[in-house]
Amino acid sequence: MSALRSVIFRDLLLAARRSSDVLTVVLFFVIVVSLFPLGIGPEPQLLRTVAPGVLWVAALLASMLALNRVFAADHADGTLEQMMLGATPLGMVVAAKVFAHWLVSGLPLVLISPVLALQFDLPQELLGVLVLSLALGTPVLSLIGAIGAALTLGLRGAGALLSLLVLPLYVPVLIIGAGAAESAASGLGGHAQLFLLGAMLIFAGAFAPWAAAVALRISIE
Amino acid sequence: MSWGSWENFLAMGGYALYVWGSYAVTLALVIAELALLALRKRNAVERIR
Amino acid sequence: MSINWFKYSSPQTFFPLAGKLALGFGVLAFLACGVGLYLGFFVAPTDAQQGESYRIIFIHVPAAWMSMFLYVVMAFWAGLGLAFNTRLSGMMASAIAPTGALFTFISLWTGSFWGKPTWGTWWVWDARLTSELILLFLYFGFMALQAAIDDPRRADKAGAVLALVGVVNVPIIYFSVKWWNTLHQGASVSLSKAPSMAAVMLAGMLVMAFGFWFYSIAAVLLRARCIMLERERSSEWAGQYARGAA
Repeated sequence: MSALRSVIFRDLLLAARRSSDVLTVVLFFVIVVSLFPLGIGPEPQLLRTVAPGVLWVAALLASMLALNRVFAADHADGTLEQMMLGATPLGMVVAAKVFAHWLVSGLPLVLISPVLALQFDLPQELLGVLVLSLALGTPVLSLIGAIGAALTLGLRGAGALLSLLVLPLYVPVLIIGAGAAESAASGLGGHAQLFLLGAMLIFAGAFAPWAAAVALRISIE
Repeated sequence: MSWGSWENFLAMGGYALYVWGSYAVTLALVIAELALLALRKRNAVERIR
Repeated sequence: MSINWFKYSSPQTFFPLAGKLALGFGVLAFLACGVGLYLGFFVAPTDAQQGESYRIIFIHVPAAWMSMFLYVVMAFWAGLGLAFNTRLSGMMASAIAPTGALFTFISLWTGSFWGKPTWGTWWVWDARLTSELILLFLYFGFMALQAAIDDPRRADKAGAVLALVGVVNVPIIYFSVKWWNTLHQGASVSLSKAPSMAAVMLAGMLVMAFGFWFYSIAAVLLRARCIMLERERSSEWAGQYARGAA
């Protein structure tokens, strides 16, 4: 356990030293969300309707941008191989790294989303559902994305390739995540989707680190 | 199912574009796949020699 | 009598067998499609609601079935190769992907051409078409990943992980898209509701499905032969074949 704690602290420390990376992700999220009204017009009813979807797509894209960083830095300086040779199971190391990654690239998005939702005049009752859906969903995105990052480690054009691999797998999370606030808006309540997101989180938390570990071993022969 | 005449068959009740568009593209893609495979085999054999 | 299951697990012995099988299945495919098309155009009657445009289903539905079936088969071979470290299994998985992508595209194209006269637009966001679109991306992702990796063994294994993760996700994707579709459209738009099936329509579809299946087997085996020649080009048997094939 202490090994995992030190992995998380190390990743957080490294992220803190390069805080511009964190800020870039958040800024990307904010800018993308702001682009939509510019693209589709400022009509309030329209914006209220599209708000959950827009915020979800923007969060998805922003967290995908950051994915390369899960393993790349450690791969470059050889720390990753050390982790693979160490006593702690690689799957748990991956889980710890993904958690740290989410703290840095996912959680800030969740925290700032209510402010952006107000830009779209999303009704107050829906804010809670939206934030909760993002809080449950962004870790799932990080976990699934880690598999893609592990598979494309060190490849040329890894960034674009990673997007192609990971976006189809993101679709269910997007549909259910955005659907939570949309269902709540239509009066049905977002509980079903939130429970499903929770289930996805548990499922992804159990299997994705292991799959990513397998992928890491394949990428670093 | 009797079509009555060639023209009727080709016209497909007015839906000729959609029906024949579908079948033609399918056939073209299948032929393309087989042609590409033949080309690939030829290149592979060339590389060996 | 004990069967040597592993006799054909080496490219050298599988290569000639694949050639013969490809020819046989190709002939079967031609015959089956012939019968299927005859049933579809000369036996099946005109539909009361959709007129002649429904005849697209004799390609659309079998293509959709094949696109999903081939993905599962591809994941199966890829998983086998990952588990047992057999070269040929990985080659089979790589051989299947382009044919699978082809049928997915055909399913999308014919779905679009069927949707236009039926619903008035070239694209409808119904559950099956949307899922097929995502499936196409899954195929492309697999092919792109393998293309980006130079080492064939790493490419096989990485592709295998991706295919297995994908195959687990395909039902999840399908059901989430179906839910999304019913929430947003009230389930009135659905290309999966073909005209209530007269028996002969169903028969035509099934025969065409077999025809596509046999064709897939033939195309995949031919592609597997190409892959074997490419990867094993420095081996003795490949050299002999290349000289003999002159």
